[in-house]
Amino acid sequence: MPHSTAAPILEVRNVRKQYAAHTALDGVSLAVPEQSIFGLLGPNGAGKTSLIRIITQITGADAGEVFFRGEKLNPSHIADIGYLPEERGLYKKMKVGEQLIYLAQLRGLSRADAVQRIKKWLDRFDIKAWAEKNVEDLSKGMQQKVQFVATVLHEPKLIILDEPFSGFDPINANLIKDEILRLKQEGAAIIFSTHRMESVEEMCDSIALINRSRKVLDGPVTAIRNQFKNNTYEVEGQGKLMVVHPDFEVIEQRERENDHFYARIQLHAGTTPNDLLRYLIGRVEVQAFREQVPSINEIFIRRVRETMPETLHETANALL
Amino acid sequence: MASKFLLVAQREYLTRVRKKAFVVLTLLVPFIIAGFGVLIGKLASSDESTEIVDVRDTSGLGVATRLTQMSTPQLQFLPVTGSLAEAKHNFQKDKHAGLLYLPEGLDVQDPKGVQFFGKGNISLSKEDRVKKALTDAFAELKMQKSGLTQTQLDQLRAKVPLSSVSLDEAGKEKGSNSGVTTGIASALAILIYFFIFLYGVQIMRGVGEEKSSRVMEVMLSAVKPFDLMMGKIVGIAAVGLTQFLLWGLLSWGATAVVVPLVMQDEVTKAKTEVAATSPSANAGSATVADQAAVSAEQMNPAKRANVISGAFEKASQLNIPIWTIVFGFIVYFLGGYLLYGALFGAVGAAVDDQTDTQQFMFPITMPLILSYVLGFSVILRNPDGPVAFWMSMIPFTSPVAMVIRLPFGVPTWQLALSIALLVVGFVGTVWVAARIYRVGILMYGKKVTYRELSKWMFYKG
Repeated sequence: MPHSTAAPILEVRNVRKQYAAHTALDGVSLAVPEQSIFGLLGPNGAGKTSLIRIITQITGADAGEVFFRGEKLNPSHIADIGYLPEERGLYKKMKVGEQLIYLAQLRGLSRADAVQRIKKWLDRFDIKAWAEKNVEDLSKGMQQKVQFVATVLHEPKLIILDEPFSGFDPINANLIKDEILRLKQEGAAIIFSTHRMESVEEMCDSIALINRSRKVLDGPVTAIRNQFKNNTYEVEGQGKLMVVHPDFEVIEQRERENDHFYARIQLHAGTTPNDLLRYLIGRVEVQAFREQVPSINEIFIRRVRETMPETLHETANALL
Repeated sequence: MASKFLLVAQREYLTRVRKKAFVVLTLLVPFIIAGFGVLIGKLASSDESTEIVDVRDTSGLGVATRLTQMSTPQLQFLPVTGSLAEAKHNFQKDKHAGLLYLPEGLDVQDPKGVQFFGKGNISLSKEDRVKKALTDAFAELKMQKSGLTQTQLDQLRAKVPLSSVSLDEAGKEKGSNSGVTTGIASALAILIYFFIFLYGVQIMRGVGEEKSSRVMEVMLSAVKPFDLMMGKIVGIAAVGLTQFLLWGLLSWGATAVVVPLVMQDEVTKAKTEVAATSPSANAGSATVADQAAVSAEQMNPAKRANVISGAFEKASQLNIPIWTIVFGFIVYFLGGYLLYGALFGAVGAAVDDQTDTQQFMFPITMPLILSYVLGFSVILRNPDGPVAFWMSMIPFTSPVAMVIRLPFGVPTWQLALSIALLVVGFVGTVWVAARIYRVGILMYGKKVTYRELSKWMFYKG
């Protein structure tokens, strides 16, 4: 994998965080590669926000270390990190333009630079006319755009987005997605933190799954998928399907009207999908044939079942 | 980082100063103050106005004449003629203060049956003044009977101007003026008290807004909580100082313009009144009018600057430690505000809802209110007493208590100890407040109790 060889932009080593009676993070380690999109996934209450607050230096870890480009995390990195919290919020009685300048200045940008970039971004998001308005006069969606601009205005190298698409309508969500991909193209690394795994899985290059304060699994998405797929293929077609072959095993088969069928067939080791296709072609009319790839959600649940079976029930509930 | 702290303070300052409410309040209050000035001026001048008492003397002893000679600027006697019923009717018609009736056949040795009629209830001070004049008049009559001539009597009647002198520790004499001292003490205490209250509550509200608008998390990823808190406290202090400065300048301006206009009216009115009511205008009433004219003259804007610098000179002639007061006021003003400001900030951070602030507001504001109330009732009367001493030592009460004591003179060691304790108290309070603040600002949906707060002290970063 290309990311694993390069030095990561962010490395979390064995971080622990304890709140009164509750352990929020229990020895979590992970690495975010440069110029990539990283999914920090897990149900609500798993410890994602606690970890983010340590990375953004809002709180400190009780134990363990965090490195930014090989350097121990320190206040000088505030200028390199952009953070969009799950709970969105801006100063309501402040004008959009002034607010953006203020937040950018707090992250080390000069006033002149801030003004320049704000112009560019407001143009791009088509909210230039609102620069002189108070934030409270803006619609929810508009406020979200402003807050996104505030997050990326100082051109951070690491952008952390907590529940990035919540609160955006589909059109604006796509707009934001495009911007995120462009930012990645320009060299930034992005961390998505969300409990809605399906909303980000197609965008992520690598992920870490967190459950009950512990990391369950991490790595590049393709590698994880490959690791969890079990050589199962979905077949749809017409005809009477009768599989009698030592290399193929039918896991599930459903007959439908007009001789239609749906089946899930697992290949035994040493067999290729083409072998199965060849076997089927002589017997039925194949209309669809695809590898069954588990979703991150499924992988997550499977993984939790394997590693922490006692928490499965609660975890599954939290995911809904 | 210092620059971030300044950015925060700057934002707090600018957003508040630009608000409409700030502008309106800043412009309005000076006129209210000027209005009060006029009101007080009117009240004061009405208090000093001459009261006229009619005297119907049927005794044939010449008491009326003697009383007329004894008239003071405050109290004048006017002999009248006619029957008692007429006199009773007339003094009410003329709006005079009262009628003194001396019956026929009054015995000098045993003057029984003298009556004083007044309108409504006769105040003790009025009765006292009349009684005093009457006693003196009869004393003179008796003396004349025992053989003294009128010239001798005139020589006996002495006016003694009394000027109070206080001795300082070195035995040096200085003028003392308890009125000025009390005035300065009260003004300083009120200023500190209101400043802490008005702007402390603003700190609390500001933190509450940041919390409820959820902007806090964004802020905290860029600024240390301590910088955020102190930036807010300092920014709001600057707002307050700006407002007080503008109020001071504007009310000075407004008073300089408005009061002389009104007072000029009063003076002319007073002059004509006095002239009209006492045709036999004696030396006393002329002085009243002159004095009023002089005080109106002093209100002239051109001369105001001289009055202020003159006040400083006067204060240093009197036994008032002017530089200690200036120094102490700045120290207690800032120290008290910062100490309470930090606590108000912590309360704002601890609660979700503005309505929940009550339970925490009470213990914070109690020492402040206590020092204010006791300050005016106890400390002002006995600025060196035990209550005054202890309250000026405790950091929570010393900002108000000590400034009340300052004009009366405070031993240097007490002042030094009090300031040292204030600094310790301030550092301790800010430490506690910063911890509550740091935990509280990211805590939502939790009903905060004192027990909970005490736990927050020991949370790790």
